[in-house]
Amino acid sequence: MSTALVTDLTIFVLALLVGIEVIGKVPATLHTPLMSAANSIHGIVLVGALLIGLTAHTTVGYILAFVAAFFAAANVVGGYVVTGRMLKMFRRKAQPPAPAPAQAPLNGQAQDRPHEVRR
Amino acid sequence: MNTFDTNIQLVYILAAACFVVGLHLMNSPATARRGNQVSTAGMIIAVVITLVLLIHDGTVTAVGWTVLIIGALLGSVVGLYSARTVQMTAMPQLVSMFNAVGGGAAALVAVYGYIHDESAPGGVLGTTSVFTVLDVIIGSVTFTGSLIAAGKLQGIITGSPVMIKGGRAINVALAVVALGSAAFMLTTASLPALLLVVLASLAFGVLMVLPIGGADMPVVISLLNAFTGTAVAMAGFVIQNWGLIIAGALVGASGGILTKLMADAMNRSLANIIVGGFGTGDALVAAAVTGDAQIRAIAADDAAIQLAYASKVIIVPGYGLAAAQAQHGVAELAAVLESQGVEVSYAIHPVAGRMPGHMNVLLAEANVPYPQLKEMDEINPEFGRADVALVIGANDVTNPAARRSGTAISGMPILDVDQAKSIIVVKRSMGHGYAGIDNELYTNAKTSMYFADAKKAVADLTSSVKTLVGA
Repeated sequence: MSTALVTDLTIFVLALLVGIEVIGKVPATLHTPLMSAANSIHGIVLVGALLIGLTAHTTVGYILAFVAAFFAAANVVGGYVVTGRMLKMFRRKAQPPAPAPAQAPLNGQAQDRPHEVRR
Repeated sequence: MNTFDTNIQLVYILAAACFVVGLHLMNSPATARRGNQVSTAGMIIAVVITLVLLIHDGTVTAVGWTVLIIGALLGSVVGLYSARTVQMTAMPQLVSMFNAVGGGAAALVAVYGYIHDESAPGGVLGTTSVFTVLDVIIGSVTFTGSLIAAGKLQGIITGSPVMIKGGRAINVALAVVALGSAAFMLTTASLPALLLVVLASLAFGVLMVLPIGGADMPVVISLLNAFTGTAVAMAGFVIQNWGLIIAGALVGASGGILTKLMADAMNRSLANIIVGGFGTGDALVAAAVTGDAQIRAIAADDAAIQLAYASKVIIVPGYGLAAAQAQHGVAELAAVLESQGVEVSYAIHPVAGRMPGHMNVLLAEANVPYPQLKEMDEINPEFGRADVALVIGANDVTNPAARRSGTAISGMPILDVDQAKSIIVVKRSMGHGYAGIDNELYTNAKTSMYFADAKKAVADLTSSVKTLVGA
């Protein structure tokens, strides 16, 4: 076993342990954003896809580089954007302070939601 | 490794450190957004340094740059569009699609490595290792498995378990073919063997997920997430990149932990879920509680009285609530009750929804403050103090039968809804949950059934409460 491989394996095992330690502390409330965040992190495979370009000089190489770059970019961009979108919705307090809907019944928090229309 | 390469690796480690810090900040909703930003920064660092490396190296051809840039741009547009437009109820499908493309890209990295190195001087065998074949296998299985999972969640493919005759034998055969060709690949440079590994793995992914039922999706998505992470880590071994190895290991750990949590929350082993869906051979236990059971129906006005004059109400949402798009209505009902001084909280079972934590996101979207969202262990002791437990669209996770042995859900951790002083269950009919058994909660003397579609029921309850309190 080469030194490089031993180094790689060491890094892998330690990262796995760090991951277990860090992620074990994430509350269930955030499990969906967590999974989505993990999703965006594995988008780092984009780096691998880009590196194909270093040596790709054949049609097959170009096709593989294209598909890999497409997949990985969709993964990484989509992952981060949707995670951010979800986390933005988690608020400590409801946007209009809780008593507000009582003063302004019905559409106190005018949302463009279909359920508002049905009443 | 020369100085330049070493410096590049160090930058990848910096990026990986950002990922760890980012994940760490997700331990609280208050810091989670910053966590995502830190993680994004790490990713930008990793991509930029890779571009620096490509430019510095100077071997990327004009065509090479073109395919990379167009591919990445198109991918970004698709990713951005789907991330911006996805409905929160469709989140599991999107996560599954990201698993698919991530795993697919990881597999392609290894496939390219093998194809390219075959033509390189020194041949393929010097650079091909067990990590190459593991990357190809895991990446391919993840790709098709996640596509099937997304199809099931989206309703394109039936959500109920699809049992293929002799499916297990086919799976074993595919696994043997994939592993056999993979072993051959390691000792003999052979493109046909590589192709065989890819095809067998793709087919295995399809057949692995098809027999799994809709209610088991939280486990499947978590498992495929772990697979993707592992595939990316393997790709890191193939191209000797520490950034990929660390990031992949982190995701593998995250997916692994969630898989275990979800499986525990359903009291089922992973093997049991993979082998077959619920409702197979459990029919005999159903008869125990039916017969003399009394069902009490309740009208909106009476339910509203109970809710409005309670001091503590616990809402128990299930997937039925999300399916009926009633989460915004529930949030409004809760707001009205709170304005009357009622203490409202939500009891969230770990498998409420179609992916880990799904229900929390749906309620957060409906503007429910996260301190009201209580995990099972936190809320269960509070049911005894609740005047009313309002169950909407949840079934099996509230069934006290889980506490006894000999039922289909025995041992499954449940919400202690039956401890509440009174219980209102909103449900369309007396239909069964995924476990296919009667829910003993419905025949409890403290329980009233409110038969209606969740969305309509919640709207009616809200207006009844408003009328009652004169708001």
